[in-house]
Amino acid sequence: MPQKHPTPLIDELEKGAFPSFVKEIKRAAESSNVQDNNYAQDLLGQLELSYKEKKTHWKHGGIVGVRGYGSGVIGRYSDIPDQFPGVAHFHTIRVNQPGGFFYTTEALREICDIWDKYGSGLTNMHGSTGDIILLGTKTDNLEPVFAELSSRGWDLGGSGSAVRTPSCCVGPARCEWACYDTLELTYQITQRFQDELHRPMFPYKFKFKMAGCAVDCIASIARADMSIIGTWKGNIQIDQDEVRNYAKNGMDIQAEIVDMCPTGCMSWDGNELKINDEDCNRCMHCIAKMTKALRQGEEKGATILLGSKAPIVTGALMSWVIVPFIKLEPPYEELFDLVERIWEFWDEHGKNRERVGELIERMGFPVFLKETGIEPHPAMVKEPRRDPFFFWSEEDVEK
Amino acid sequence: MSELPQRQTDIGPPHYSKFLPPVIKENYGKWRYHEILSAGVMVHVAESGAKVWTVRVASPRLVSTDFIRDICEIADKYCDGHLRFTTRHNVEFLVSDESKVDPLVNELKEKGYMIGGIGDRISNVVHTQGWVHCHSAATDASGLVKVMMDELHEYFTEKELPAKVRLAVACCVNMCGAVHCSDIALVGVHKTPPRIEHDKVKNLCEIPSTVASCPTSAISPDPAKKSVKIKIEKCMYCGNCYSVCPAMPISDPKNDGVAIVVGGKVSNLRSNPKFSKLAVPWLPNNPPRWPEVVENVKKILNAYIEGAKKHERLGEWVERIGWEKFFKVTGLPFQLQHIDDFTFARETWRMAATFKW
Ligand code: HEM
Ligand code: HEM
Ligand code: HEM
Ligand code: HEM
Ligand code: HEM
Ligand code: SF4
Ligand code: SF4
Ligand code: SF4
Ligand code: SF4
Repeated sequence: MPQKHPTPLIDELEKGAFPSFVKEIKRAAESSNVQDNNYAQDLLGQLELSYKEKKTHWKHGGIVGVRGYGSGVIGRYSDIPDQFPGVAHFHTIRVNQPGGFFYTTEALREICDIWDKYGSGLTNMHGSTGDIILLGTKTDNLEPVFAELSSRGWDLGGSGSAVRTPSCCVGPARCEWACYDTLELTYQITQRFQDELHRPMFPYKFKFKMAGCAVDCIASIARADMSIIGTWKGNIQIDQDEVRNYAKNGMDIQAEIVDMCPTGCMSWDGNELKINDEDCNRCMHCIAKMTKALRQGEEKGATILLGSKAPIVTGALMSWVIVPFIKLEPPYEELFDLVERIWEFWDEHGKNRERVGELIERMGFPVFLKETGIEPHPAMVKEPRRDPFFFWSEEDVEK
Repeated sequence: MSELPQRQTDIGPPHYSKFLPPVIKENYGKWRYHEILSAGVMVHVAESGAKVWTVRVASPRLVSTDFIRDICEIADKYCDGHLRFTTRHNVEFLVSDESKVDPLVNELKEKGYMIGGIGDRISNVVHTQGWVHCHSAATDASGLVKVMMDELHEYFTEKELPAKVRLAVACCVNMCGAVHCSDIALVGVHKTPPRIEHDKVKNLCEIPSTVASCPTSAISPDPAKKSVKIKIEKCMYCGNCYSVCPAMPISDPKNDGVAIVVGGKVSNLRSNPKFSKLAVPWLPNNPPRWPEVVENVKKILNAYIEGAKKHERLGEWVERIGWEKFFKVTGLPFQLQHIDDFTFARETWRMAATFKW
């Protein structure tokens, strides 16, 4: 189909070195594989208008979905459907991605074929939460797409006040620093909480992100209500020959490694690297810079942190430590049990649209620990409190 | 629609093991080290001595099914039908046979893919939906990514930086994605309060939840009009009320713009993870190429390249030299808006007599 609307402004974004999303929309608008090119054609037109008027033309609204699910579809409508009927409906379907974002070409083609038949032929690989995003279809097509996908083993992801699609770093599949199996844990969490994922029933969203080590390639500490970050106990294993090789190949071990260690626990005499492991906080700097020479300690597990969120509503939070160390091996019952206790607390006290981190801020971290039965530990704080206004409960005082 | 296949519910995603290339499956959890061979190629070596080469290319994230079919074709030819994506929207081709690496790289180059993003460079840009798909967007995310990367692509494909520089774009202050913890991030911002369409509030909105949605308690009921009112001086233009009440549109083409925040990180390497901090409160929304935004991003990046020590992330560099000096070396003006008056404000005031001139 030739282009329906002239697009002089967004055509500018076909120029330049970086891959162009405008070119991609045009491909979908013209592709003979896509059954209905009107979606992408009218998306081009409406986007051009947004560029001209500097405002969005999407309407906030309309709860749509597939039967039996409360999440997985984001309803979206044009506010000028008469001008752009192809995007009168332009709903997004979130498809739960496989762990580590690995695919066979066969699987990807299968998804493409379904989407070309029922939707715009446009996708996000992937959405910021991790899902495969199928971008733009109409209400009547939602059930057919779901039947086609689910009969081939694909399911929808989360949206709204539900468990959001859990996601993880590449982990043990291709990274030497993974301290636990991020892909398997992600799969198990997703399976365990299918109901909570598809049927929103929380005060607000809840996200899990699994990072295999403190490098945190999945940005879990900033983007997940529960951030599970791999770590270890025991001494960093040093291969002194390889250390000397790095030095020989031009690395300034003193400046780049020893002086940059945040805890000052390393020393280098030009021949041997020493680490005082008692003082190491396992930041990963030295290991990441000398991957051949240094390896993590042998007892592996993870730290669990809770609470991060973007600035809305009361300011940004990063997750903070609630469990300093946990072994993460199937069947992960200890973890699931913890998650359920946290949800109980949230369920009982949380206000509508209050993330779990905000709730803990409002009620107090000590109250949270007490009600969930988690023992306090110095790893949970940067420093103890500065003020003397602390509380005691009945059982702490003599009657 | 009787010809539709039988739907299934609550099955979850396919198990990842179905999709792993054989070399990954065989060496799962048994990797020993990796080496970065060039901006777009790295090799991971397993305990067993097996190796897997990764070739990384950029995608615009918003891709057509035909784009996916193209990369599938390449993966069929070189990678036995396997490929993966990264969390930052790159595509990765994995090969276990060294002799295939160069031909793969050559074919990707010939076909115009942008190879790179590995090591101390700029990787792809985490971003949100913008005018392509979202109702609260103050600006367009995909467009900003494109114009910024058109200027900075050499830092993806070849040039090295002192450390990784993570870029992100969010089209409104909801900040889907880790914008609030990136080295340099753009955020769409409003400058004016929402307008209340009193006649529509009745039908579209629930008044108590609209009142409750405001983080600064600027909204109160207006019983006479069966609507709400806003205490303008309390409103910080977050648009939260509009998400709850569609009769309170906040978009304002003349005043909506782009802010730049800098110095965040999520990794624990060396220093703790950090939030990004405000560098530029407002730049005009100037599509299709946002020249003012691109110029300011380059200014910040260049000052960082000039001043940072090896391995120092942008936020670590600024903390070493001090924020007062950051404004000096970048030449960015310091304004009233830079001083925090929100939830964690007092933690940010200088409660010491030590600072640099
Ligand atoms: C009291 C009323 C409402 C509240 C508290 C509310 C809150 C929210 C929140 C927090 C989100 C973000 C969800 C997410 O990130 O996934 C959202 C998304 C959305 N809202 Fe509302 N909203 C309200 C009313 C409405 C109304 C009246 C409509 C439509 C007529 C609507 C349509 C939508 C749609 C389509 C989305 C995107 C769906 C999604 O992301 O899952 N909402 N809403
Ligand atoms: C009032 C608050 C919020 C509202 C109304 C809201 C609304 C929405 C809507 C409507 C979408 C769908 C965009 C689209 O596809 O058209 C979305 C996506 C998303 N939101 Fe939010 N959101 C809110 C807060 C947040 C926060 C605080 C976070 C993260 C900490 C977040 C993370 C995300 C992510 C990751 C996506 C997927 C975006 C993508 O893949 O491009 N949202 N949100
Ligand atoms: C020397 C330090 C580092 C090394 C050796 C390293 C190594 C890697 C490797 C091997 C990957 C590929 C994993 C994958 O494909 O998902 C990766 C991806 C990633 N890394 Fe790192 N990383 C380092 C530091 C960091 C830091 C400091 C950050 C962020 C603060 C970071 C953020 C990410 C992110 C978000 C990805 C996702 C994939 C992408 O960008 O393409 N990394 N890193
Ligand atoms: C454990 C707690 C504290 C210790 C050990 C401490 C110790 C001291 C010492 C040694 C001085 C210097 C006295 C001098 O030589 O003039 C001083 C002065 C001062 N302290 Fe504290 N202090 C404590 C708590 C506080 C608190 C809680 C406040 C206020 C709320 C405070 C307010 C001051 C002030 C205003 C001065 C200057 C007094 C003056 O010279 O007029 N101090 N304190
Ligand atoms: C609500 C809490 C508090 C009240 C009502 C209170 C009250 C007082 C009063 C009435 C005095 C005598 C002032 C004077 O000599 O004129 C005083 C002195 C003092 N308070 Fe407090 N105080 C409080 C908290 C604290 C705390 C938390 C600290 C230390 C951590 C502290 C440290 C001191 C010290 C060091 C002095 C002696 C100051 C001096 O030598 O002049 N007070 N406080
Ligand atoms: S978070 Fe750690 S284990 Fe996971 S991919 Fe990144 S560096 Fe590897
Ligand atoms: S991991 Fe971090 S703290 Fe520990 S020795 Fe290495 S650089 Fe120092
Ligand atoms: S950042 Fe704001 S405008 Fe952009 S996709 Fe998220 S909610 Fe929509
Ligand atoms: S834009 Fe934000 S601050 Fe202003 S009235 Fe709405 S919710 Fe309140």
